[in-house]
Amino acid sequence: MDLSTPSDLDELRDTIVAADTVDPTGAGTHAEVGGTPRGGRAVRVPAGVVAHDPGDLTVTVRAGTPVRDLDALLAEHGQMCALDPTDGSATVGGVLATGLSGWRRLRYGPVRDQVLEVRFVTADGTLVKGGGPTVKNVSGFDLPRLLVGSLGTLGVIVQATLRARPRPRGAAWATADGPPSGILARLHRPSCVTWDGSTVHVLAEGHPADVEAELDAAELTAAAGGPARPAGEHRGRISVRPRVIEPVAAELRRAGIAFLAEVGVGTVDVAGDDPSALVAARAVAEAHGGRLLRVAGAPGLDAFGTPPPGVEVMRRIKAAFDPDGRMAPGRMPFVEAAPAGAVAR
Amino acid sequence: MADLAAALGPGGAREEPLELAMYGKDAGVTRGRPGAVCFPRDAAGVAGAVRIARRHGVPIVPRGSGTGLAGGATPADGALVVSTTRLNRILAVDEHERTAWVEPGVLNLDLTRAVAHLGLHYAPDPSSQQACSIGGNVATNAGGPHCLASGVTSAHVLALDVVLPDGAEVRLGGLEPDTAGYDLRGCFVGSEGTMGIATRVAVRLSPDPPAVSTLLLEFASLDAAAATVGAVIAEGIVPAALEMMDAEITRAVEDYVGAGFPRDAAAILLVELDGRPGSVAADTAAVGELGRAHGARRVRVAADEAERALLWKGRKSAFGAIARIAPDYYLHDAVVPRTRLVDVLRTVYDVADTHALTMMNVFHAGDGNLHPLIVFDASEPGIWDRVASAGDAILRACIAAGGVLSGEHGIGLEKRDHMPLIFGPDDLAAQAGLRAAFDPDGRANPGKVLPEGSRCGEIAGAPEGTWI
Repeated sequence: MDLSTPSDLDELRDTIVAADTVDPTGAGTHAEVGGTPRGGRAVRVPAGVVAHDPGDLTVTVRAGTPVRDLDALLAEHGQMCALDPTDGSATVGGVLATGLSGWRRLRYGPVRDQVLEVRFVTADGTLVKGGGPTVKNVSGFDLPRLLVGSLGTLGVIVQATLRARPRPRGAAWATADGPPSGILARLHRPSCVTWDGSTVHVLAEGHPADVEAELDAAELTAAAGGPARPAGEHRGRISVRPRVIEPVAAELRRAGIAFLAEVGVGTVDVAGDDPSALVAARAVAEAHGGRLLRVAGAPGLDAFGTPPPGVEVMRRIKAAFDPDGRMAPGRMPFVEAAPAGAVAR
Repeated sequence: MADLAAALGPGGAREEPLELAMYGKDAGVTRGRPGAVCFPRDAAGVAGAVRIARRHGVPIVPRGSGTGLAGGATPADGALVVSTTRLNRILAVDEHERTAWVEPGVLNLDLTRAVAHLGLHYAPDPSSQQACSIGGNVATNAGGPHCLASGVTSAHVLALDVVLPDGAEVRLGGLEPDTAGYDLRGCFVGSEGTMGIATRVAVRLSPDPPAVSTLLLEFASLDAAAATVGAVIAEGIVPAALEMMDAEITRAVEDYVGAGFPRDAAAILLVELDGRPGSVAADTAAVGELGRAHGARRVRVAADEAERALLWKGRKSAFGAIARIAPDYYLHDAVVPRTRLVDVLRTVYDVADTHALTMMNVFHAGDGNLHPLIVFDASEPGIWDRVASAGDAILRACIAAGGVLSGEHGIGLEKRDHMPLIFGPDDLAAQAGLRAAFDPDGRANPGKVLPEGSRCGEIAGAPEGTWI
């Protein structure tokens, strides 16, 4: 596949305008999320920190910046961003575009709540800014949240301003025997609680006194580290309302599907060596009112399953930003225009 | 009217002149004249009203409690105002999941009161929380002092059942953490009524902290107070709330409610810390020491819940207190990078001096969200021009310092024409494109948020100079 790595804005615009179709690309850690791209010119934007003022608790980076590098910079100032991709080489732009939240969502919220301003280039080469650089801002419509999880279908994200936070002064993983029922009620603000069918893992962060109190309150045993996400060629992420996480986990366990559930959040990572594992996991999720996103593998499986409500509005959004369907075709297929005349403009 | 009366029943729609005048404005400074106002009782009623308005070619203007300050609920002339006050039921509370489904007319504080026995609360707490509605909070993406640590409304809304401007009903977002496709929920929150009307809102409830500590720090200068704010953040402490009040507003509040505020301080900080007892005790000591190191002449820690409540009553009574000083006020809302607070405050006071106006400041210092408050008597000839001119100068100063137009009140009608100060034509066109995807015919709250001429598809203007 052709890969363009434009070094400035003009070059990026020229590349986008000249290409038949564009496949916005980051580090490629989650290249299959949300649908398999139908070719197109792969475009990767530069890395680099644009601005970081620790006193403002914000940091602005070019979208090609690896999260690992951002984290190292912020760590020098005792700060962090709660993006937490599974692979630190993932780029900031890639994490935003896929919208997959990380380990500590329970405490710090989803990816969409970490983004303050986003700049992106649309199919016709226009640079668009949405949001603003301050920690608090309600000026205008929320383009940053629109772009998070948009999978490159609306444009190429080139820069983002993110919320930085003080790094917790203490942090500890601990475990308990499952199931996780009731554990959330005994903890105050855990950063992460997982359940893999045999062990509950808890990440407590904050003032060292609080970390200790959290572990005591839930009678946990200190652990060297966190749980592993399930491994396998075919991977997916279930999203269900938190109250059904235990029945969903129990059914996955009975079906022999490896999983790691985030208690209190409602995501369940699943994996298998055969695509049928994802088919079965999707059936479990949908039976409980949720869904499964195909993350990798299972090429024959639809990326999303049942299209969401509001798909007509989504199609009109797509048409407004990318009328000719040139951005990331194949990803989020349900927003692509139906055959001529079928979509109201 | 006949159609509305038939659809909504007796009293469901009104067009008496006095009533129309009442629904012609919100708590801000703009005014319009609606054609009618209606009070649906359920989602079907809202959808019916929207379809009737559409059939008659009349725009709709959703309205919560009318406490907004930016003119978001000020109707275009002849519009149908859809009031959500009768959609006021709390439909379901799940204490384990910490979620609730509520109708949009439920008042913010009523929701918190209804879940208090479960050890839960709804985090966004605008100063108007006794009167403002959840639906209005959704429309403006409202904030409040405790949004410093927990984020504004959008971080607390999980799902919405909405009536789109064409009358169709659709669910946006969900109780599951990730829904497929674009985050329409995120787009709708803060859309100020331009994308439809919410009929049910699923909110995230927050657990009450095991320990809370509230400090009052008194300073002999604004600079010392602002330096303390910076020092607290630099120490890695993000308080639950971090509020500043200047000398004028502190005195006014003390005269009004007797909260125990000092009448002679140049500035006070109200700092709230919450969490488990260990960190709260440690951080309380640390904030006190940082304050003293930066010139606090007195640090008081609320000894009990009653004293704590009184301190907050003082903070939240600011806008009642100023009624004793002058009959009218104009409250601004802008955000600056926290590190620029002192510079911008100086400019704000200069602007007041050059316009010969009385200015007070009470604001969310922790996140740089300023609320300059101009008090005046509207009967004084020519005063409004001076107030408006000062407001414009303040906004420009905030933006020159790298700030934005609104931190929690919204844009509405009031700041619509200031939008080009922070967004270029392409940025505004993109926002217009998003809005048009929800409302292709421009029937929902027309004329709000975006200045005239922001069109989807109009690609114009020079690129911003910098790469990205």
